[in-house]
Amino acid sequence: MPILLRCHKGIGPAVTGTALVAADNFSARYDLDRQKGVFSRPGHKLAGQSFVDRILVLDEAKGGVASAWMLREMMERGVVPKALVFNRVNPILAQGAAFAGLTLVDRFEADVTRAFRTGDELRVDPAAGTVEILNREPPP
Amino acid sequence: MRVSDEEQAMRAGAMGEPRRWAIAHQIAVGEFFDAVDFVPVSQAHMMADTESLGDSGVAFLERLAAAPEAERRVQVPTITDPRGIDFAVYKRLGQSEAMAALEARAIAALRAFGVLMTDTCINYQTIMMPVRGEHLAYGDTGVVIYSNSLGGARSNFEGGPSALAAGLTGRTPRYGFHLDECRRPTRRFRVEARPCDLSEWGALGGIIGRACGSYWEVPLIEGIETAPGSDALKHLGTAMASFGSTALFHIPGITAEEAAFAGPPPDLVTIGRGDIDAFVAAYTAAGDKVDVVVFAAPQLSLIEMAAVAGALDGRQVHTDTTVLVATSPEIKHAADRMGLTGRIEASGAVVAAGICFYQSYAREMAEANGWTRLLTNSAKLVNIIGGYGYRPTLASLERCVASAVAGRIV
Repeated sequence: MPILLRCHKGIGPAVTGTALVAADNFSARYDLDRQKGVFSRPGHKLAGQSFVDRILVLDEAKGGVASAWMLREMMERGVVPKALVFNRVNPILAQGAAFAGLTLVDRFEADVTRAFRTGDELRVDPAAGTVEILNREPPP
Repeated sequence: MRVSDEEQAMRAGAMGEPRRWAIAHQIAVGEFFDAVDFVPVSQAHMMADTESLGDSGVAFLERLAAAPEAERRVQVPTITDPRGIDFAVYKRLGQSEAMAALEARAIAALRAFGVLMTDTCINYQTIMMPVRGEHLAYGDTGVVIYSNSLGGARSNFEGGPSALAAGLTGRTPRYGFHLDECRRPTRRFRVEARPCDLSEWGALGGIIGRACGSYWEVPLIEGIETAPGSDALKHLGTAMASFGSTALFHIPGITAEEAAFAGPPPDLVTIGRGDIDAFVAAYTAAGDKVDVVVFAAPQLSLIEMAAVAGALDGRQVHTDTTVLVATSPEIKHAADRMGLTGRIEASGAVVAAGICFYQSYAREMAEANGWTRLLTNSAKLVNIIGGYGYRPTLASLERCVASAVAGRIV
């Protein structure tokens, strides 16, 4: 039986994909090379790693307002994460996800950067407010 | 979310496609944040630089702007954040004709909505300072934190699409900093060493922002007994917003609202001289060749323009170094009239209006000009620009100018 975590109702369609997890924050403008599809800010814990088609699991949204435009532009080019799973986002990421039609959830009962691991297969259901880990069993 | 008859008519498309899109977008965001209803806003401030819009964002604006005039005009004054291109200087900065063409398309679309092209992130210093209790839909994190904290205004961070939506509907979802309960302080700091210049006020903002680390935290800052000037508070706030996503701070006796914790005060965090020095030292690169010196982020006030002119008087920028000074169109006109622009450019520096460095294709400018090492007195800029491939250093205005003349970081 998959592990299921509950969160606040989110934005965008239900999706399934592979998690990329870090205890770090996020801004599309500050942290990403949006052409190459990698984290580019040297100090970021995911520096050098591709975010394309991954379910990004991070702590908080930070920084400027540009992500609101950028997520849709990235979506149209196909250089975009599959979903965003955060402990807490600011309005910019929520607005950007709504504008782009990108899946976003936040406000869990647990710290998502500890509850999920890189490589987990996740099913994110924003309407239900749930995220399932499909390839791990709950501890006995 | 409660929706009025007028809002329902917008949602049903009775007031045209732009307002239908706008209210649907706002309802999605409002429901995500558990907004109970909408609140009317008196202004919107829209971030719409082409570097972040891209082709897709500009095409989106053009589609909406093609609606009949009565359907596409904004309902409240809507102003703009800095743009990606200053048509007077873009060639000198290595920006391309394609960038200029995309910028021209974006401007034409924005004008069709009736947007006022202020192109500034210091509207609170140059256009109109918001007043206490005024509900707004402002973009640019620095504009929001200054307006909320110093003016007592009420705005969330509104990204470009949401600010346009607010302009089109004249309202915004009532959540976050529109509500009393979100404006109470949640963190407590005491400053034991007063910053010496604007770069250090930015460093202080960076330290507090980094410690808060969330949009939903509100710092209360003790130990600042005499009022810093508007420019110092501007750098403090923009850096706090940049490093922490912070949208409101309180300094008792200086900021607009009485600040009271909801319960017992949280633990006190003290910030001393060593903390500020360590923050600056993390970006140090003494002796390195300096490729570009930037005075921007936020755009310069008239007072800052005069300070840059004074520091550059009688000096020449090194031939291997570019100095870029960015301000708002209003301040550029004033600086022209007062001779400041001429004094700055006599040194070889470039004065640009209506742009800001990081919103102006910073990665492409680096590639076109071979820039890597960047020097600035803006803590906000050193935080942003590393992701664009630059190696940034933070220093006072005087050290920035001395380094620009020497061609190396002094």
